[in-house]
Amino acid sequence: MREKRKFEVWHVITWVMLALFALFLVYPMFGILRQAVFASDGHFTLEQFQKFFSTPYYSSTILNSFKVTLAVTLVTLLLGIPFAYFYSFFQLKGAKFLFVVAILCCMSAPFIGAYSWIMLLGRNGVITAFFKDVFGVRLGSIYGFGGILMVQALKFFPLVFVYMNGAFKSIDNTLIEASANMGCTGVKRFFTVIMQLSMPTILAASLLVFMRAFADFGTPLLIGEGYRTFPVEIYNQYLGENGTDHNFAAAISVIAIVVTAMVFFLQQWATRKYSFSISALHPVQKRKPRGAAGVLMYIYCYGLIALAFLPQIYIVYLSFRNCDGAVFKPGFSLGNYEKAVKKLLVRSINNTLIFGVVSLVLIILFAILIAYLVVRRPSVPNHTIDTLSMLPYIMPGSIIGIALVIAFGKQPFALTGTMAIMIIALVIRRMPYTIRSATATLQSIPISTEEAALSLGAGKLKTFVRITTPMMANGILSGAVLSWVAIVTELSSAIILYNNKTITLTMSTYAAISRGNDGLACAFAAILTVLTAVSLILYLQLTKSEDIRL
Amino acid sequence: MVNPMSVRIQIKDAVKKYGGNTVIQDLDLDIRGGEFFTLLGPSGCGKTTLLRMIAGFNSIEGGDFFFNDTRINDLDPAKRNIGMVFQNYAIFPHLTVRKNVEFGLRNRPFPKARIPEQTDKFLKLMQIDQLADRLPDRLSGGQQQRVALARALCIEPDVLLMDEPLSNLDAKLRVEMRSVIKEIQNNIGITTVYVTHDQEEAMAVSDRIAVMNAGVIQHVGTPKNIYQRPANIFVATFIGRSNLLDGTMVMKNGRAEVTLPTGYVAEFSTVRQDPAGWKDGAPVRLCARPEELIVQPKGLPGLKAVVDDCVFLGLNTHYFVHLLTGEKAEIIQESTIDSVIPQGTEISLRLNTDKANLFEKESQLSLMSGVQNDLDALR
Repeated sequence: MREKRKFEVWHVITWVMLALFALFLVYPMFGILRQAVFASDGHFTLEQFQKFFSTPYYSSTILNSFKVTLAVTLVTLLLGIPFAYFYSFFQLKGAKFLFVVAILCCMSAPFIGAYSWIMLLGRNGVITAFFKDVFGVRLGSIYGFGGILMVQALKFFPLVFVYMNGAFKSIDNTLIEASANMGCTGVKRFFTVIMQLSMPTILAASLLVFMRAFADFGTPLLIGEGYRTFPVEIYNQYLGENGTDHNFAAAISVIAIVVTAMVFFLQQWATRKYSFSISALHPVQKRKPRGAAGVLMYIYCYGLIALAFLPQIYIVYLSFRNCDGAVFKPGFSLGNYEKAVKKLLVRSINNTLIFGVVSLVLIILFAILIAYLVVRRPSVPNHTIDTLSMLPYIMPGSIIGIALVIAFGKQPFALTGTMAIMIIALVIRRMPYTIRSATATLQSIPISTEEAALSLGAGKLKTFVRITTPMMANGILSGAVLSWVAIVTELSSAIILYNNKTITLTMSTYAAISRGNDGLACAFAAILTVLTAVSLILYLQLTKSEDIRL
Repeated sequence: MVNPMSVRIQIKDAVKKYGGNTVIQDLDLDIRGGEFFTLLGPSGCGKTTLLRMIAGFNSIEGGDFFFNDTRINDLDPAKRNIGMVFQNYAIFPHLTVRKNVEFGLRNRPFPKARIPEQTDKFLKLMQIDQLADRLPDRLSGGQQQRVALARALCIEPDVLLMDEPLSNLDAKLRVEMRSVIKEIQNNIGITTVYVTHDQEEAMAVSDRIAVMNAGVIQHVGTPKNIYQRPANIFVATFIGRSNLLDGTMVMKNGRAEVTLPTGYVAEFSTVRQDPAGWKDGAPVRLCARPEELIVQPKGLPGLKAVVDDCVFLGLNTHYFVHLLTGEKAEIIQESTIDSVIPQGTEISLRLNTDKANLFEKESQLSLMSGVQNDLDALR
């Protein structure tokens, strides 16, 4: 606002950002749109959309996705809210442990849960076999709707937990006491006071779970089988084994973006409607769990966490078992790891780390600059940047992958198959989270601190580098570590873009799974699991805070 | 002590607009070199806006700002050589106390070798040398305030600007810190512009005060002058407490006879001799501070009133009364050893006509002689 006519380096940054977004986001998106509405001979047609909506074989996928995603959202709320309530209102022993493991569960690679559950409960699963041999009982099939629901619900309920824990902590104890004073306690208080106060958070958590589950590609791909969902269909139409149709894939992508955008705006509207601000001067005092209710609380919390963490433990366990192809044999060895070394393990790890570090550096750099532009230099171009940067938030990863292939598969920007395109995809995909946390942090920093630096003679850039950026560091760090984990476990865009040279740990795991090489897959998956776990535990040690923005 | 190097600030026809909304229109101000000058007014009156225009954080839509003979309108905030203390202190949270204080020195051509010496001088002056290596989050509010002040003074600025610096402190610390601020300013003799909405604080620290309302400066003068001879009704009611009563005034032999409610006629010898365009019998407003009404037994000449309530506050006793014509009034008397006047007692109130002020009802301007509004010199 001030010094309108004066030239500033920030103006240059604004235009550079706009140009980057135009090139790497808007242009690829137009590519998808163009492919969706223009046939290969170049004439305009809505035939692809017609085909999708008039053929139940295709249109059912959108319904399937909706059904299973809504079910997942509901179940995560049912699992996560009581868990968060017990955690925030009672002194549970090992609370820190519960928290760490919950975070590990929801940040695991997207298909490890599904894969591990197949190893446990699938056709040849250990538990399935055990019940058949010992009791002669046939367990129901884990494939399809039920399997997706179970795997996703166990993976995503920690998101609800972390969000609700934040909301519960912001409830002032006097509100609880006041409601007790007016005769409202126990279950009634939980529903009429505590839940009502947490409504905005419940909505936010629901949206997050919905978006993640809707766009989740790995889980339905492995465990969905006949239950066909949207992201898998896009992938099949684009890269599948039988009969690909790029124009049709593009059309489905457009539909997917429209659907998720609608859900996003619906949630924004609902949040505005329910929004109010509370701040806790006196945080809630945690009580000691007592009696039978206390025991049940422990059983619930630890049982749920054990169930959610089981897949990762089991994968690590399996990775040490002797294995021949798809058959695990008695005895333990490092055989799987030896095979992995021969199968590009070193390259996978190198690529994973290089992509992770480079993307993260770029993400942090962009996030700081964009947050500064949006918060401190509000203007039309800068709001455009803000809006553009949030677009990938509502786009399933495979769509971003396809868009990039369309845009950069040919001259003048032939980038497919290079490391650059993998990094571009990762930056685009994972930046919104870091931008959100950077923006929120900067908004909470009073501008007078920067003005103090200016009046003490520091120039604008010096103020930005020496004062603004260090003050944002904490907020950025929390966003960045989570971006890092998400980058390392990226599947949906990478599966479209990767090749032998740019293979990552996640892709190696997936390749081994799809070739039925279970021992090898377990070894890769175990390394990936340990890598994410170490990153997260390191991060949790460093921050010592529970305010994680997932 | 007035520093001979101290800077005079002149503001001519200043205009501030937010969008199409003009918040300050043609404002003039002349702040003398080395004085402690306070902008006082209710919240939203434009005092912080004006301060930030001087500092360079708000754009200036019109007029001229001068430091001595230098026009500073287009000067970068970093180049104005200003020390600023913010309401929330704006201490850099990631830097130690010492690093905070020396921050300004490192941003200007100041010999590196002398930085520790200069920093120590101001850390000692503000009595925070013990805290030099702490991070700000381990400091109390008062200590942070001292850091902010040391940081602002360390660069030996031409002008010190303070934006409600004491409003985040508790009452006792506020009184303590304001004497610290006053003392330091006295010693250094730096031109200081101070913004506050607390009139007691303003009276305690200022050489001169400008009372602002709705973007317009109402009265510029010494604390004593502003309290005792306010230029208009707004100033009279904003500074201290005032009872307002309607009356009519007639001039007789250079004295004013004012007829007040309940038929009391008070004689003033302090009214200006030549109130321009004055008509006998025109309506006036009397502004009497609570201590300017003196309680007398019923029957003596005065405003006839009935005691509604009284509050004993130790040094003083406050009486809440209503006149027989219905107006309410508040009186402060020094507490006496005998019992307070019971509720329902009829009394008579004499007016201290030396101290009380009269205002023309329509223009709301003072009719008194002895009003000193330094603003008049600028017009």
